[in-house]
Amino acid sequence: MLTGAALVLAAGLAAAKDAVPAGDVRAGEAVYSRCLACHALAYDRTGPRHCGLFGRRAGSVKGFPYSEAMKRSNIIWNEKTLDLFLANPTKMVPGTAMGYAGIPDKKERADLIAYLKHANESAECGK
Amino acid sequence: MSFLIQAQELAPGGTRRSFIGKSGLLLSGAAIALLAGQDALAAKGAASDATSDARILNTALGAELEAIAAYQVGAESGLLQKPALDLALTFQGHHKAHADILSQTIAKLGGKPVSAKKEYRFPTDKLKTQADVLGFAAMLEKGAVSAYLGAVPLFDNRDLAKAAASILGDEAMHWAVLRNALGQAPVPSAFMV
Repeated sequence: MLTGAALVLAAGLAAAKDAVPAGDVRAGEAVYSRCLACHALAYDRTGPRHCGLFGRRAGSVKGFPYSEAMKRSNIIWNEKTLDLFLANPTKMVPGTAMGYAGIPDKKERADLIAYLKHANESAECGK
Repeated sequence: MSFLIQAQELAPGGTRRSFIGKSGLLLSGAAIALLAGQDALAAKGAASDATSDARILNTALGAELEAIAAYQVGAESGLLQKPALDLALTFQGHHKAHADILSQTIAKLGGKPVSAKKEYRFPTDKLKTQADVLGFAAMLEKGAVSAYLGAVPLFDNRDLAKAAASILGDEAMHWAVLRNALGQAPVPSAFMV
């Protein structure tokens, strides 16, 4: 039977296993170039803006015509939810308008998320 | 024959006769089921697949309409000189052709094609030279290639996947030519991602 300390350790190990690895901002900027047919940081295009992404409820940018699926998803964007979504958008949110197969490489996703976090702290995002 | 669309094959309500009559195309799973006499299953699957495919195509259409507007801004900027101006107008024409066929296909699938926005936002404050405009266009084209690359595996209808791949190839050529015009290596890597 696990002791309290062992449970804490096991929980910590499980969390570490699920954690999004630290990404490289520069590499992430290159990955972001794949998004530029539809997205921009500071304004809405075919897809919604990425400034203000972290902590935002999915489907909540005012005036953007989201799919019903995204509006109903109840996702709050953070490293973990972004990692899951970017791996396979249509699996996580069936019916999303983001008709994109996803980024299967965990390192590339981590890099992209690192870039998005960095960009969200930049002047382009009003910081 | 158009590389892309045969309306009867794609419309969820298309008849078996019309479906079989157009035998020149590859057969999707739904078509195989129809030919095997599993009409109800095929009809159900076709409607669901068509909705999903139409959604993917509508996102692509939105991006194509924006690209048309972007090239218009570039053409009217006064920054492009021949032959770059001719290139921009040629590529804009390709995007118009893509948008037309995507719009028709979405309608055939029972969807409602998105319309062009009344206004698009572009970083015009950063476009001061011909190279800036070409670089912006190249960035959009590269993004478009990645977007189609990400869409191709999602289509339920293999003919649509083939058609999207055809558009992908065209936009990859745009990207390469724009890079070449900028003095960059036109094809910087062996694979697109």
